[in-house]
Amino acid sequence: MQKILIIGANSAIATACARQWAARGAALYLIGRDPGRLAALADDLRVRGAGAVDTGTLDVDELAGHEAALAAARQALGGIDVALLAHGTLPDAAACDRDAALAMAHFATNGGSTIALMHRLAGLLEAQGDGTLAVISSVAGDRGRASNAIYGAAKAAVSAYASALRQRLGRSGVDVLTVKPGFVDTPMTAAFAKGALWARPEAVAAGIVRAVERRRAVVYLPWFWRPVMMVIKALPEFVFRRLKF
Amino acid sequence: MSDSATGAWNRWPRLRPARVAAVHDRDAALPALPAPMLAYGNGRSYGDVCQLEGGSLLLARGLDRFIAFDRATGVLRCEAGVLLDEVLRLAVPAGWFLPVTPGTRYATVGGALANDVHGKNHPRAGTLGRHVRAFGLCRSDGGHLTCTPQQHAELFAATIGGLGLTGLVTWIELQLAAVASPWLAVETLRFGELAEFFALAEASLASHEHAVAWIDCLAPRGRRGRGVFSRANATCGLADGPAPPRRRLSVPFTPPFPLLGGPGLRTFNRLYWHLPRRRHRIVHYRPFFYPLDGIGHWNRLYGPRGFLQHQCVLPPSVAPAAIAALLDAIADSGTGSFLAVLKTFGAPASPGLLSFPRPGTTLALDFPFRGQATLALLARLDDLVAEAGGAVYPAKDARMRGDHFRRFFPAWEAFSRHIDPAFSSSFWRRVMADLAD
Ligand SMILES: Cc1cc2nc3c(=O)[nH]c(=O)nc-3n(C[C@H](O)[C@H](O)[C@H](O)COP(=O)(O)OP(=O)(O)OC[C@H]3O[C@@H](n4cnc5c(N)ncnc54)[C@H](O)[C@@H]3O)c2cc1C
Ligand SMILES: NC(=O)c1ccc[n+]([C@@H]2O[C@H](COP(=O)([O-])OP(=O)(O)OC[C@H]3O[C@@H](n4cnc5c(N)ncnc54)[C@H](OP(=O)(O)O)[C@@H]3O)[C@@H](O)[C@H]2O)c1
Repeated sequence: MQKILIIGANSAIATACARQWAARGAALYLIGRDPGRLAALADDLRVRGAGAVDTGTLDVDELAGHEAALAAARQALGGIDVALLAHGTLPDAAACDRDAALAMAHFATNGGSTIALMHRLAGLLEAQGDGTLAVISSVAGDRGRASNAIYGAAKAAVSAYASALRQRLGRSGVDVLTVKPGFVDTPMTAAFAKGALWARPEAVAAGIVRAVERRRAVVYLPWFWRPVMMVIKALPEFVFRRLKF
Repeated sequence: MSDSATGAWNRWPRLRPARVAAVHDRDAALPALPAPMLAYGNGRSYGDVCQLEGGSLLLARGLDRFIAFDRATGVLRCEAGVLLDEVLRLAVPAGWFLPVTPGTRYATVGGALANDVHGKNHPRAGTLGRHVRAFGLCRSDGGHLTCTPQQHAELFAATIGGLGLTGLVTWIELQLAAVASPWLAVETLRFGELAEFFALAEASLASHEHAVAWIDCLAPRGRRGRGVFSRANATCGLADGPAPPRRRLSVPFTPPFPLLGGPGLRTFNRLYWHLPRRRHRIVHYRPFFYPLDGIGHWNRLYGPRGFLQHQCVLPPSVAPAAIAALLDAIADSGTGSFLAVLKTFGAPASPGLLSFPRPGTTLALDFPFRGQATLALLARLDDLVAEAGGAVYPAKDARMRGDHFRRFFPAWEAFSRHIDPAFSSSFWRRVMADLAD
């Protein structure tokens, strides 16, 4: 039975992943900040076939709580085969441009707290000698854009740290997966008008589950974002700075 | 949010809400939005029961969690936004099926409860509401209530078939029906006239669990009422059968004019009637119960103006004559109906105050929307239904008159006492409008 830890389990993408793993009988440990919704999700996953489900409450901004939360998860699962980090916030970019404190709070949630969790999980998995650390970054981390500067900068930091961990842990049998979704129709993006480029969380989740299974390093979801981001990354600065998107 | 995300399946009329809010937490209070509000399931109703122009729509699809499933007894508790399709994917491998299912598996459990839907097995199983053991109702004035046939019994009866007006249904507990396999043994028979349909329907009551008929309402006058009857029973002990077809077809965009209806239809109907078919087949439950779900966005085939459905039920004593009169009225109008479906409603009483099914024969029709001519034809059909002592189905209505609605649903006044003061719908406003002055 696969032992899976999910942080930010109430996220739409994480919930969809959890359901696919539950249907295969996995044991799951769910971490989020709303215990009522975690309990509701746990029931759902049991009905869908999960071998076991436990939950823990954590606000990832409270770095002091990380160690205990991860220890409880490892204890309950009896080891960790897969850890998925899925929490995140999408701040209002204009508000962040005006308010440095707000900007840093969102940078902390998306960047600092995620890296702190990856740091501890890397240590846990390294000691264990196997397992997969999967982190949901974003295409937004591939190149900074004015329309989501702080979010993009935090995701860039996460992607860079994941790449570094992959080098470090490669020899110890631990896989590190960087997930880079494009636009996904979830509560995070409820306010946006949806067009043809938007993916459903279930489809993105299927891509994550597959990438974990195939021990991939970096996945773009859906796949077409890889060539799109290659072009965007290749644009010379004098062109890119004039673009409005 | 684009307005197509909160429209009705037939795409007419398009009534925009002023606000939408996604609901994700079954234990939370109602979103703090201005009244009136209305729950929206998956928009598989035809018309305005799921719409509220200028109001606040609560998108209930986010309530999509299972709560408990007893594989030994078939009792399933789930949130109201779970799709029937998701229930089937969970339940069928465990040997259980929906006790009653409409012709689409993309309705939510909550939407199916609010219309107290029926299937092809009405004479045996009645409506879905008969299999509801309990549900959670969130009201603007009373918070969260658990309703069962014993507890808050009046609200239980008002909410089943209550068109979403009594509050937000948050979860439902259903008794599923045991099935031995996902396959059905289907028998298909052609009939040449309406009288034969009634004879077949009567004869099938004892022998078959499911029955439905398609009729060719464009047949020449002498052949009017010919059609194809199919009846089925679950198979038992069948270890293997045909796989469900994979969904490949989808209508990618709305063509600028209706592709259904028009001159091609007569030919299609004629071919369909003459189509040679095997009398006995083993069929997967998906193509049997949900033939239209096999084509994604089939509603687009009716073009940008959308289409209208008309579904009525006629009491047994007058059904043969009344259905003939309806078919004559359609033929006289020169408009054909692509889909004309007959089913039998049996004795099991519907539990909801506003439930549509009652003993008799039900006829469902589709018409491309062509403006006044279509509205005039449907008004004529309503008159015939009223004369015959029948009723028109609100889930498939966008235009019946208020006095007709009140005649078809005499419990409306008792029902209206249970409406949540913060809830309304474009349907309810429409059928009550003539009382306001
Ligand atoms: C191809 C096709 C075939 C069909 N065949 C049949 C059939 O054979 N028999 C039949 O009876 N019907 C049939 N229908 C109609 C369909 O089953 C009903 O309209 C059903 O109610 C649609 O469910 P929905 O989730 O899409 O709800 P919506 O259409 O979104 O809403 C329907 C009603 O439910 C209310 N509602 C939705 N969710 C909630 C909630 N959580 N709490 C309170 N109220 C809520 C809404 O306010 C509205 O009044 C068919 C429809 C299609 C498209
Ligand atoms: N949606 C997209 O278009 C998109 C695109 C690229 C990448 N992503 C990334 O995908 C991941 C999942 O997001 P989603 O789209 O599924 O959005 P979502 O449903 O809004 O999920 C975000 C989750 O993060 C949790 N969270 C936020 N702050 C937290 C904190 N301080 N402590 C603990 N949990 C916290 C939220 O918890 P609550 O439920 O308690 O609020 C929520 O469950 C995120 O990392 C996001 O950046 C999304």
